[in-house]
Amino acid sequence: MAAPLTLLLIVAVTIRAVLFRSSLAELISARVEVVSPLNAWKRVVEGLALLDLGVSPYSGDVFHETPLMIYLFHFTVDYAEIVFIVSAYFVDCLSCFLKPLDRAKMAINSNYLKSDLLFNFPGCCELISWFITIIVCLCFCKFHFLCTCKYTDVRLCHQIADGITALALYLSIQTYNKDVFRKQKYALESDRYSADCLELLRSPKEMFYIPLKVAMFYLLNPFTILSCVAKSTCGLNNAIIALFIFCTLKGSALLSGILLALATYQSIYPLTLFAPALLFFLQRLYIPVNLRRSSFWFFTLQYAFMYVGSLVVITGLSFFLLGSWDFIPSVYGFIFSVPDLTPNIGLFWYFFAEMFEHFRLFFSCVFQINVFFYTIPLSIKLKEHPVFLIFMQIAIISIFKSYPTVGDVALYMAFLPAWSHLYRFLRNIFLVSCVLLACSALFPVLWHLWIYAGSANSNFYYAITLLFNFGQILLVADYFYAYLRREHHLTHGLYLKKKDGTEATLVLK
Amino acid sequence: MGLLSDPNRRKALTGLLTRLNTPICIVCYLAGIVWFMGLAFEPFTLRTYMSENAMGSTMVEERFSSGERALSLAKEFDPPSACCGLNGMPVEWLVKAMQSRGLEVFTQSFSRKLPFPDENKERYMVRGTNVYGILRAPRAPRTEALVITAPCSPGNTNNQAVALLLALAQYFRNQIYWAKDIIFLVNEHDLIGTQAWLEGYHHTNITGMEYSPLQGRAGSIQAALSLELSSDVITSLDLVLEGLNGQLPNLDLANLFYAFCQKLGVLCTIQGKLQRNDWDTAEGYTHAAQTMMLMVLKQACGRSWGDHGLFLRYHIEAASVRGINSFRHYKTDATTIGRLLEGMVRKLNNLLERLHQSYFFYLLPSLSRFVSIGYYMPAFGLLAVILLLRALDLWVHLGAPALAAVDGVTEPSSPGVLTVLTPVVISHLTGVALYLLPVHLQEMAVEHFPVSETEAVVLTAIAIYTAGLALPHNTQRLLSGEGTEQGWKVLKLTALLYLAVLLGCTALINFSLGFILAVTLVPITASITPHMPKALYAVVMVLLSPAFTILYCVFIYQELIEAPVSVSEGWMLFLSVISQGILDHALYGSLVYPLLALFIYPCWLMFWNILFWN
Repeated sequence: MAAPLTLLLIVAVTIRAVLFRSSLAELISARVEVVSPLNAWKRVVEGLALLDLGVSPYSGDVFHETPLMIYLFHFTVDYAEIVFIVSAYFVDCLSCFLKPLDRAKMAINSNYLKSDLLFNFPGCCELISWFITIIVCLCFCKFHFLCTCKYTDVRLCHQIADGITALALYLSIQTYNKDVFRKQKYALESDRYSADCLELLRSPKEMFYIPLKVAMFYLLNPFTILSCVAKSTCGLNNAIIALFIFCTLKGSALLSGILLALATYQSIYPLTLFAPALLFFLQRLYIPVNLRRSSFWFFTLQYAFMYVGSLVVITGLSFFLLGSWDFIPSVYGFIFSVPDLTPNIGLFWYFFAEMFEHFRLFFSCVFQINVFFYTIPLSIKLKEHPVFLIFMQIAIISIFKSYPTVGDVALYMAFLPAWSHLYRFLRNIFLVSCVLLACSALFPVLWHLWIYAGSANSNFYYAITLLFNFGQILLVADYFYAYLRREHHLTHGLYLKKKDGTEATLVLK
Repeated sequence: MGLLSDPNRRKALTGLLTRLNTPICIVCYLAGIVWFMGLAFEPFTLRTYMSENAMGSTMVEERFSSGERALSLAKEFDPPSACCGLNGMPVEWLVKAMQSRGLEVFTQSFSRKLPFPDENKERYMVRGTNVYGILRAPRAPRTEALVITAPCSPGNTNNQAVALLLALAQYFRNQIYWAKDIIFLVNEHDLIGTQAWLEGYHHTNITGMEYSPLQGRAGSIQAALSLELSSDVITSLDLVLEGLNGQLPNLDLANLFYAFCQKLGVLCTIQGKLQRNDWDTAEGYTHAAQTMMLMVLKQACGRSWGDHGLFLRYHIEAASVRGINSFRHYKTDATTIGRLLEGMVRKLNNLLERLHQSYFFYLLPSLSRFVSIGYYMPAFGLLAVILLLRALDLWVHLGAPALAAVDGVTEPSSPGVLTVLTPVVISHLTGVALYLLPVHLQEMAVEHFPVSETEAVVLTAIAIYTAGLALPHNTQRLLSGEGTEQGWKVLKLTALLYLAVLLGCTALINFSLGFILAVTLVPITASITPHMPKALYAVVMVLLSPAFTILYCVFIYQELIEAPVSVSEGWMLFLSVISQGILDHALYGSLVYPLLALFIYPCWLMFWNILFWN
């Protein structure tokens, strides 16, 4: 599997490198769909310049990245070589460190799971091939950026971020698939599935390419490419979330807590991923979700402590780096109160531009609660399926957050191949594909008509924004329905009968 | 949402749409055409009205009286110094004349080498000078400006317009009510000069023009009027609105012109056609339909039909006023035209913000009637929905395997996707060749064939276009073997959605272009399958291809302006239209040529591929 992934990485890097060099890069980095006030590279450069001058980067109203991020870039620009080596080492460690764990578990499982051999090439061979993959990719990256201007290294950083995300997603989905397969095996052995739903079961053959497809959906998705070429810091946030998912699926509660804290620190919203991660660990450790059990509370508190602890450490670190608490209002206040109404693909800007000022607080509360609110019903409904819950949460965040960009959309779209078995239950996929395709094409057209030609106005653009979000919501709802329906069929049989013997249909109400 | 979530109703709806697909499509197509033709029928259109408050209620009094002086000035300007003769524009005379009228005068020189010689206007290396004078506003901070421009190009006797401009400048100088700077611009080499001046004014360089920077400037330009009086005797005034890429100025500008024509009793036309009052007769309807069709054709070709067209790109509302000598019984003197311009400029002077109240998307069947976007878009929508219905039909028939193609992310291991990807890539490469090669290969072509550069460019374009018909389906067959039934369906589904998105975007930017392309492309693309009689359908497809669409448009246009042409003349016109299209793209950044070459033509080739699938 390493060879196609290497090829994929090389292709992805080449596309990005070509675009970085072309004149399109400047055009793309000015698009409002691709960069938001939070993650625009222009603003990061401004923050860097202020930092170099010894002024607080938050003293103007331009820069809204977190302190750690700006120090990372500060460091990257100055010591590109070291970061380069470290990140290579980091990626290496990541795959090497986790492989042995994997194999140990596999050894236990392989007694009753012959087909798992498909996933598990002889371990050392795979290790070597991973190593080669990474070295080749990084050399390739470096080769692309031999010509250096001051900020070329940063492009490298963005590329690496995309690469890490894809790798992490790849490995997570691989792990997840193994999990799913194991569970399916157990369920089959214990006769929990009804007899006529054999065709719903997943075979290792069809699951074999899914991790690769996930990586491909992420790396070759035009949205990701645009986001990377625009040097939006969204790619780095995605990388953190992907690593968090990876660590969670690998069962490392500490790393997962730290990364979740990091993701929360970056943009607050990933806070809602706490619930699925917790559910996943509970399930993994066979702790029932029962409020009366002390083991449940013990683990929950343990995980919450790791999470909150690392959040406090990270925030404290930012304070010590920066020497002031300026960043709290400038980053989190900016996310919550939405003062910048530059049009984007989200739902906030138009609404808040139209609204009377004295309703502002009320509506910003309503809009923000909207993002977090779905966690509770979804966690209750999907408590047996935390990974799907993670997907739902990421999608909801990227639809309802205050400054969404296409980079956020790309992250949850990368998961779609993992649910390819739900395809037969999807109802509106044609409609949704058409809507999303048309909207992606219409965004720049209506922007042109509004801003440059002056003949259209903001209503046209907002109409497309609404349609785009409608498409996304429909997509997520459709996958949710399909997932529940498959689970229902697995237990109740594929061909449902009504009481009077006629064929029954399932309706989501 | 009941329709989307209730499985039984969904099933019924899908069943209905797939079973009755062909009849629904035919009905939609006919309804689209009928709707469009109905737009010219007067009861279906709206009467124009002035939306802008600042221009409506404040009536102004026109006092300009030096029309005779302007005519004598025109005579002085014309024969000895030969304004538009061989020596180019008499820059010094103009500078002196403007200075003596109390303007701040500046000149700007520019030069531009065309990618290939323009045979219509006989120019290749263009070198010229723009002269402009600024009348500073006495009543307000100088943050806003208006522009009056008169082109003065070789071979085109526009001396009357220049003289009228000077006379107006002299008159305006003595008035105290100006709140906006007024710029009087005399530009050489019509559009190229305007382009150089606008780029200089806004500090941009988007077309690779060489020009000297502007020495003096006024505030941000709010509106512009271009004046062209080509004949000594003016009987009526024609308003030209169509700008670059089919962009139109705010409808209030047309309303303003119409209001003053009514007030001063000047005959006014649009597309050179007078207004008729007998809308309920067949002739009346035909007249309105012809006027609207002319507007659609002119808008669709995406070129700037007067100097005003380039202003629109900079968000400046602009129109051209053109003097015409055709209705013998009426004669309009220079004083009246001067008063008309005075009135328009004074009302524009009253503006508090840019013109934005009225419509930007409209069609005009006559000067007093208009069709807004809400009325004409359904005509296009009815055509576009056919593509979606066919796509839905195919989707239902295909079932599962089409997912990969629709999401745009493809799977390298599956041969099904490769068969689709190959024709798509090859079609687009042909499109890129059609876009790049004609201009780049002209030297080679001139060396080897006895043709001029312009002919070389046009003929290369036609040759590549024709070669594209032979190339893709052969290559595709070599690469991936025999096509399967699934294969062409997936390809057609992709192509249909692609075309729908493409036409939709085009129609939003330039409705006319989108509609014309939809009328010719939709029927054949919706019905094409590999199981049809190949020879017959190949002929039909070629006859409905984009290039033939241009040819038909040329003939229809000539018919509508009452100058019908023979087939050979029409062919020559067609060739010149292509060269003009390529030149417009290179000189002013018109988007029609790249759109056709890079998107529409490859998309059409994909359907061509489907016809020859096996």
